[in-house]
Amino acid sequence: MKFSRRELLITAAKGALITALPMGAIKFLEPKEVMAEIKGPGKVRWAFLVDTYKCVGCGLCVKACKNENEVPYDTPVTRTWVERYIIKKDGEMLADSPMGARDGFTENKIRETAVDPKDIAKAFFVPKLCNQCDTPPCVQVCPVGATYQTTDGVVLIDRSWCIGCGYCIMACPYGVRFFHPVHKVTEKCNFCYHRITKGLNTACVDACPFGARMIGNLKDPNDPVTKIVLTERVGVLKSEYGTKPQVYYLGLDENVR
Amino acid sequence: MKSHVWRPLWIVLGLVGLILLLRPLIVPSDFGTGERGFMYGYHRKGNEEDWKAIKVKYRSKEYCKDCHQEKYDSNMSSKHSIIQCENCHGPAVDHPENPEKLVIDKSRALCIRCHAYLPYEQSDRSKIKGINPAEHNPDMECSMCHDPHKPNLGG
Repeated sequence: MKFSRRELLITAAKGALITALPMGAIKFLEPKEVMAEIKGPGKVRWAFLVDTYKCVGCGLCVKACKNENEVPYDTPVTRTWVERYIIKKDGEMLADSPMGARDGFTENKIRETAVDPKDIAKAFFVPKLCNQCDTPPCVQVCPVGATYQTTDGVVLIDRSWCIGCGYCIMACPYGVRFFHPVHKVTEKCNFCYHRITKGLNTACVDACPFGARMIGNLKDPNDPVTKIVLTERVGVLKSEYGTKPQVYYLGLDENVR
Repeated sequence: MKSHVWRPLWIVLGLVGLILLLRPLIVPSDFGTGERGFMYGYHRKGNEEDWKAIKVKYRSKEYCKDCHQEKYDSNMSSKHSIIQCENCHGPAVDHPENPEKLVIDKSRALCIRCHAYLPYEQSDRSKIKGINPAEHNPDMECSMCHDPHKPNLGG
């Protein structure tokens, strides 16, 4: 078989062109799909901002959350909680959250042991809640489709569909999920979905006297939360898990986990 | 092929057919993958409305203001203006219809959530005027001397 230089060059160019062509370029989109791409899936992406400098560990957010969302008040489970971290000068790290800080922190004692103020290198409070991850592992593992993510980014649980297998509780790296003692299904923070969809703040945001908690829409460039997330130094928890958490923290410390 | 091979096969095929027939009856019609796709959006659409329909219990200060203007004004001129009424008075829900009266929490435990001094310099907690609850009039209610709405002593 004879192969001229011209033929070789043309064939090579064709081959390069085909390999360079991504699959997406030959895929035909339906008009509906094209419209969806242009409009984007919804105009809202809820996100949360916690300013750990402002948190004083009063626990009023936890109290309000439990009442608002009917999580039995005297059980140790809660949708949101506040952790106290004390890092001593010798490097020892102490952390606690008695009853999820439902009654606040009123003593300089961790598990009945008093901490000498002279030994404290740094001490602070960190409120925790569901991170409403962009790639929520709890949703991936649900075998029945009882937990899902809405278009506005909030992960919800279908109480009538949950079989209580507990996979999602194990899958969440942040430990925000628990069994609801009354409904006997999985429960977790949903950014007070009944409030934010009515234009209200979440119960914890309203209850916080110090503005340590904020909720906002990341798709709105003029939202105060969006502005801070885009222009200030914010951190997220356990980014190494690839869950893309959407609760941002100001003043996060390396000891927080 | 002999019938002993076909018989269990027919049973299996029958079961598959039965499941396919029953599926639309058991699975709600609004069950689908939704906008987030199969991995994150597989759900019953109606559940979103179920969650939205939950009753709002904390109504915030603006709701109280309409009837309790005097208390609102007094509170708004003090350092405690940053605190929601419902943090001490409990969730309003549909007050004054339901509940008719709110339970007021005047306990020391409530005040010392913020006002028990903690030596945590990296947090704003240490900047709040604080007491040692064990030493500062331990047997008295804070509200006997301090007005919770306007806590400045004598002010």
